[in-house]
Amino acid sequence: MAGLVVAFAPLPVQPIAAQVRTIRIDARQFAYSPSELKVNPGDTVNFQLVSTDVVHGLYVDGYDISIEADPGQTRTLSFVADQPGSFRFHCNVTCGAMHPFMIGRLTVGKNNWLIRSVGLAMLAIVGVVVSIKPKA
Amino acid sequence: MAKIELTRNPFIKNMLKSRYPQLAVFIVMLVGYIFAILAGLIGTPVGSHNFSIVFVWIAWWAILILVAVPFFGRGWCAVCPIPLPGEWLQRGAVLSPPDKRPKWLNLCVPKFFRNIWLQNISFLLLALFSTVLLTTPNITGIILAVMLFGSIGLSTIFERRAFCRYLCPVGGFIGLYSQTAPIELRIKDKQMCVKCEGKPCYNGSANGYGCPWDVFPGGLTKNTYCGLCMECIRTCPHDNIAINLRPFSADLAKPSTRTDEAFKAFIMLGSSMIYAGVLLGPWGAFKDAAYYVGSSAWFIYAIIFLAIIFVILPGFFILGILKTNSTLSLKQRFVSLATALIPLGLMFWVAFSLSFVLTNASYILASLSDPLGLGWNLLGTANLPWQPMLTSILAPAQTLALVGGLIWSVRTSQKAANEIKTSSTPVIVFCFINTLVMLWLLL
Repeated sequence: MAGLVVAFAPLPVQPIAAQVRTIRIDARQFAYSPSELKVNPGDTVNFQLVSTDVVHGLYVDGYDISIEADPGQTRTLSFVADQPGSFRFHCNVTCGAMHPFMIGRLTVGKNNWLIRSVGLAMLAIVGVVVSIKPKA
Repeated sequence: MAKIELTRNPFIKNMLKSRYPQLAVFIVMLVGYIFAILAGLIGTPVGSHNFSIVFVWIAWWAILILVAVPFFGRGWCAVCPIPLPGEWLQRGAVLSPPDKRPKWLNLCVPKFFRNIWLQNISFLLLALFSTVLLTTPNITGIILAVMLFGSIGLSTIFERRAFCRYLCPVGGFIGLYSQTAPIELRIKDKQMCVKCEGKPCYNGSANGYGCPWDVFPGGLTKNTYCGLCMECIRTCPHDNIAINLRPFSADLAKPSTRTDEAFKAFIMLGSSMIYAGVLLGPWGAFKDAAYYVGSSAWFIYAIIFLAIIFVILPGFFILGILKTNSTLSLKQRFVSLATALIPLGLMFWVAFSLSFVLTNASYILASLSDPLGLGWNLLGTANLPWQPMLTSILAPAQTLALVGGLIWSVRTSQKAANEIKTSSTPVIVFCFINTLVMLWLLL
């Protein structure tokens, strides 16, 4: 029961005015720069993807949106960050050997799932230790 | 939960006693394995479009770590094709009754090597080069070929399956984690084995070969070194071998007593965390360091990799248990309490693999249609676009795996600590901190 509360109870949210955020992301084999991005829920986000070597793409997990950019070209991906949480973004154009691991991270607001998971881990420890006392 | 003997079912028993069903699976696996080698060597150099990379490191890995190991223990070893050609050569036969005369040198493996340290080393060697191995088809092809021919070579020098038992980089961790699986091969009546003349399960008979894994089934107390080859079911004259369903992690009730196994647990735990950070994290510098083998950055990466596994993780673990009250030596406590890291490590690998596999599974259908990346479209699926799968349930599934693993390891640590009459608290704290790190890396 406590686990369900930790996993699903609503967390307090501080209202923050939505903004328009334009972020330039340089893509090269096999990394994005910057690779860790933070925006607030409700922000209108414009990713400007600039590929500096070969063709690269950018696919955002959870939002299921993507763009591709040829070398030297700038392409823009616009979306409203309406889903809070932490999402990986991946290169979606085969760009070389390490392509499957060309990954960045977008955090929209707080990473609530991580907070909940830490809570669940603490609860699990307390639950097991309290409920099952080792034999003397 | 009591054990359920699966071999009481006549259909299951006959399937296991007959060599033909196993041989059929073996042949399919061997053909697939040889095709993976060829695809790696002659197919496209683009890893995500090459059968060797997609089928070995995505499809096979997913089946191994998410299904085979957790539920069937060494079930993969039961159908693994790597030892087959060597074993056929060693026996001079594929199916015919064994000839007692050794065909080759048939030496015993020296006592110094009769542990899993070589497996620890072979795993670490692959792990240090894993970014290249995972992404470069011809390297994967070469490694698969080296394992096949290495196994053949060892079969001509040593008796039984020396490669599987002492060198296979995969077999080492499958053995460690097979202790958690809800399936086991055990004898039914110990007295029957004591009285049994000739011990055909170990020495062989007209009905089959002596244990290829160099295990006497009568002494089996855990899954670690039983390869589930089913040979003893065929040779036992007293029908005294059973395959049982049992509770998960039954073998972990008795803590480990071996240093090589304890370090295996640290190697696997540390590797899963390093991979989660390097391969799935957003840090390009780490990926560059891991990928450009031979560069100064790679040497630093390799040193840090080994330091985490052999110094930092065991160091913190030892610091934790240093002051606990016990009549046992620090080494004995270290080895016994490291048993708790087995379920934790397994679930770390499950959580890591979920992310890796679900993100890249869409390559499987494309690769089936064009396995060599030569522009074929055999099934009409060659041009399917890359698309991550089930991303909405990924984070909850990973949390479930990691928190579940933490609970499992806490229970295991309590049992291990109880066995050796010491406190489990430092181990619980250690497992908790590592779980927090893994949650942060993956979520």
